[in-house]
Amino acid sequence: MTGLAAPLLTESTYWYLTRASGFVSLVLLSVAFALGLLTAGRVWSPRWPRFVTESLHRSMSLTAVGLVFVHVLAILLDDYVKIDPIDAVVPFVSSYLPFWLGLGAIAFDVLLALIITSLLRTRLSRAAWRAVHWLAYLCWPVALAHTIGIGTDRLWVLGVVALSVFMVIAAGVYRVAGWRRVAVRRPI
Amino acid sequence: MSAPPLLRYDGRPRLLGGWLATGRAASLAEHTRVNGPLPLGAVRRLPETVTSAGLRGRGGAWFPTGRKLKTVARNGRAAGGSHVVVNGAESEPAAGKDKLLLGATPHLVLDGAELAALAVGATKVTVCVHRGTGLARTVEAAIAERAAAGWGGASIGLSLAVLEPPRWYVSSESTALANFVGGGEGKPRDVSAYREGVGGKPTLVSNTETLAHLGLIARHGPDWFRMAGTGEAPGTALFTVSGAVRARGVYELPVGVTGNEILRVAGGATEPLQAVLVGGYGGSWMSPGALAAPFTPEALAPLSASPGAGVVVALPVGACGLVETVRVAAWLASQNARQCGPCFNGLPAIADDLARVTWARDRTALDRLRFRMNMVNGRGACAHPDGVVKLASTALRVFGACVDRHLHGQGCPGLYRPPMLPVPAPPSPSEGWK
Amino acid sequence: MEVKTQQSNQTLHVNMIECDGHGMCAELVPELIGLDEWGYPVVSADPVPRHLTKHAKRAVTLCPMLALKLVDRPGR
Repeated sequence: MTGLAAPLLTESTYWYLTRASGFVSLVLLSVAFALGLLTAGRVWSPRWPRFVTESLHRSMSLTAVGLVFVHVLAILLDDYVKIDPIDAVVPFVSSYLPFWLGLGAIAFDVLLALIITSLLRTRLSRAAWRAVHWLAYLCWPVALAHTIGIGTDRLWVLGVVALSVFMVIAAGVYRVAGWRRVAVRRPI
Repeated sequence: MSAPPLLRYDGRPRLLGGWLATGRAASLAEHTRVNGPLPLGAVRRLPETVTSAGLRGRGGAWFPTGRKLKTVARNGRAAGGSHVVVNGAESEPAAGKDKLLLGATPHLVLDGAELAALAVGATKVTVCVHRGTGLARTVEAAIAERAAAGWGGASIGLSLAVLEPPRWYVSSESTALANFVGGGEGKPRDVSAYREGVGGKPTLVSNTETLAHLGLIARHGPDWFRMAGTGEAPGTALFTVSGAVRARGVYELPVGVTGNEILRVAGGATEPLQAVLVGGYGGSWMSPGALAAPFTPEALAPLSASPGAGVVVALPVGACGLVETVRVAAWLASQNARQCGPCFNGLPAIADDLARVTWARDRTALDRLRFRMNMVNGRGACAHPDGVVKLASTALRVFGACVDRHLHGQGCPGLYRPPMLPVPAPPSPSEGWK
Repeated sequence: MEVKTQQSNQTLHVNMIECDGHGMCAELVPELIGLDEWGYPVVSADPVPRHLTKHAKRAVTLCPMLALKLVDRPGR
């Protein structure tokens, strides 16, 4: 495959593509997650309407999963490490770093479930959609752990990780704080 | 304006006759002797028969029962099945007629339910009774008696069950009841039970009294039924009379009698009356002058009232209508299903405003109250908030002079009288919604 | 001079049980949906004017609880 585009691609291209798309995926996933938290926390201002938060949450989630696809495809095409397609969705069966790669597979599976159930939301029961969507709280930390475990070899990587964590925690704080002023406090 | 009552019938109670004569529940043998066998021949044209008879639901809405039968039958055919629920939950504190019927003439009610089930193509009938009254055992015994005699039930392809829904006020609403019978919580749903009820199937939810009348219409025909009552609201109805009357209780009268006649039958008022609460706790206050009107839906509508579930509570001049309303409104507010924002926010707010008008001389609360009543009305998934708005708005009108006195801080004679409108203790936290 | 707005044959209906008071619908089609003092939608029972159908559809799509619907007949 690499022979076809020999002048542009070297042996390492797919490897770098994997890493690049991986880090950007994490950032986008963190943005999407943070926006979801802000929607639930009803965080808004006169210049930032609530529908913008929800709308961006949906589009960022789609963008993130799109980039995760690029990330997965890139590592499958890469020859440097031997990774089979099955390793992308079944955790812990790979020969290369099975644990850290496995976390990535879990995050990928959950992300697919989140996206697919949301796209098909009108065909699902509300309880089913809600149950799957709570798994977002599992998806992000696992994706984060995958990034740290499999991608950290340079200092700037930690910068990306720190940015992601900061966004999510900030949004999380807003979500918890917003709970107290939310109109929907159902009575006991 | 409806026609005057057609009292060409013999004046005898149709539903309560046996009970009034013997003072106890009718056994199947007695029921058969008085009413004859189960009229299975009437099933084929039952919706048309009931429509000609003009039977209207006695659960509070006065909706034409024949139309309901037709709708559920049609929906059931399309959906491949239907269900029948007998609504005897009667969570209305001021009503006792359904409990009385189930205790005194369970077989008449069960006859009506079974005939209706056959007419709408249902194979299962669920009888819902008020929790903790012991009526579940009574109805189960009646069902067993019928089974032993080969009367209805399994012999005509029906299975009957008895359930006790939670005692919340909203749990006896038709969609809430259907949801509960289907295994869910006794909370109202957004879709009509006649489209999707128990197990998602079209469900006929009908009041105990309505089905009892149906059981007799199937035997005696629409013309017989129309001998009593008015043209628009034929038949007899059960009225639960309480408050300042000499003989509180349940009375069967032809529809179209006036409020004054209802009070007279209950022994008359013990004191001069200030107002009457009509329909239920989610009903309307009426001034004594309005008691000359026939108690039919059409005659009471211009007075912003309806006979509802046949509840009539007489309030004497010595009581305070505002204090009574505040207590009931607060209780109704606590009975919300915690589902709809305008209801679980709006009803406590309305109750609070009423309390401030009554006790705190708060004039701004009165303005806020009027605004909120308009804002909350019609904005829940069920009609619970509408009932509270009706109670509060009619109270402001009928007790207008009292409102002025309270706002000016002048005394009110009835401030510390014992309640005329008692409210039940809330269900314990462990009771839940199932 | 009164300009007659073209009506569609659809109305907006909110399932108040599912509604959680997010209020995005009121942001997206304020001509038809307002908010009460507790943040819950007050929805116009009139047919949706044609020029607002697109906005109404966007409100239906974006509702986080899928509580808002466009129904083909007027009223409840």
